[in-house]
Amino acid sequence: MIDVPQSNKSNHNYQALVIGVSAGGFNALCHLLPLLPDNFPLAIVVLQHRGDNFNVNDDDFLITYLQRLCIMPVQEAKQRESIEAGRIYIAPAKYHLLIEKERLFSLSLEPPINFSIPSIDVLFNSASRCYKNQLIGLILTGANSDGSLGLKAIHDNGGLTLVQSPDTAEVATMPQAAINAHKVDYVLSLNDIAIFLQELTLGEKVND
Amino acid sequence: MSLIPITNTKNKQVNYNKKNSKEDLVDFEVSLLLEAVLFCYDYDFRHYSRASLTRRVYNCLEKSHIHTIAEMIPKVIYDTDFFELFLKEMSITVTEMFRDPLVFKTLRNQVVTQLKTYSRINIWHAGCATGEEVYSLAIMLKEEGLLSRCQIYATDFNNQSLAIAEQGIYKAEKIAGYTRNYISSGGKASFADYYQARHGNAKMKNELTEHITFAHHNLIKDQCFAQMHLIVCRNVLIYFDRKLQDQVLSLFKQSLLHRGYLVLGDKESLEFSSQKGNFITVANNQRIYQKACYD
Repeated sequence: MIDVPQSNKSNHNYQALVIGVSAGGFNALCHLLPLLPDNFPLAIVVLQHRGDNFNVNDDDFLITYLQRLCIMPVQEAKQRESIEAGRIYIAPAKYHLLIEKERLFSLSLEPPINFSIPSIDVLFNSASRCYKNQLIGLILTGANSDGSLGLKAIHDNGGLTLVQSPDTAEVATMPQAAINAHKVDYVLSLNDIAIFLQELTLGEKVND
Repeated sequence: MSLIPITNTKNKQVNYNKKNSKEDLVDFEVSLLLEAVLFCYDYDFRHYSRASLTRRVYNCLEKSHIHTIAEMIPKVIYDTDFFELFLKEMSITVTEMFRDPLVFKTLRNQVVTQLKTYSRINIWHAGCATGEEVYSLAIMLKEEGLLSRCQIYATDFNNQSLAIAEQGIYKAEKIAGYTRNYISSGGKASFADYYQARHGNAKMKNELTEHITFAHHNLIKDQCFAQMHLIVCRNVLIYFDRKLQDQVLSLFKQSLLHRGYLVLGDKESLEFSSQKGNFITVANNQRIYQKACYD
């Protein structure tokens, strides 16, 4: 059973969950996102790395596929679109995705960071500057170290940091790199992440 | 708002306003920096999307070995070389030949027919950066038999990028990717026909360059300079806030002839713009629009 600290339960005011995921991400997202409650009260922003030969139409596929599994609306994160709670936003391929102070998305074509565009570090850094202690960062399966610095930035700005336990991840490199970069708040399996997020944000179940 | 009695400041220790976080201070420093740049050089970055602009300010900071954004302000004001560096860092020059090949294919299939009805064709590529997409456009126009009738204006606010664009020399290792894009874009010949390989570089042929005029133009403050049949401006508006986007789109509307075409980047759209009513959509996914004609 996961122990959600009482202090977290009572004092938090989380507004957004940012998820960074790379190799093995499709299965992980299809597993995790449908487990979240239909009335999940945070905005969810998902950044999934894509390969070089990625076809832009595959963006539509990822969104359509996830939408079939989830009750929450799943949509592409669009330029200068306001971020709303209860929605799942997917970062488009081939652009960096950032979050502006006004809590809206912006895109950028800067060079790749950690060989990645979009880069998890870029998204997490900008999100942490905007949401500060109202942000939850989550790193899932992946084969590089993108996201480690961004997750640390979320921690340094007072946000909560979660990582998929490397032994349960399809590819352990990215979660392990995140764990090595700072003292992560929680390291959990996908099932436990879903339970944890539900308890944390809705205060349901487990009351010890 | 309350005034602090002067007796309370007897303690020499500086008291930062506790309400402000480190991030708030960074925002404040960036705002001051942008004011200084505007005052001294008349470049207005205040309506750029702040998150990515702040990233680029930090990049500039790292490269110049100074520690705070505030320290950049006197350097920007008094050191024009430093300002050049800053300006270079502010403009994003990531581009490639035939980027988004389907856009070029759609231009061939849906726009060229209309352009063929004109005896002289003015084209403006706004924000051309290092020129890869201008040459792509010139190649497409040549294959459609239009280039000899075209005057292409390729503009940017970054003079260093313009110099690279004007030279038309690109790294040979990029050519394979460009060739793939060229083929996907509906290229009718061989991409190798358009450049000369020398010393690990590829130089674009003069037959393309001679129809292109490279010029400095700042979309934020400069006016229209000719009546255009086609304006291409891709992945420039994404860096602007909505107000600035509308201002630039209005400039494009003024610059276009009736039924003139506008091509934006694949994540840019007229959907939320005040200019939406002045354009009709030619190809939504490729972001190709046409100036509406109300007579």
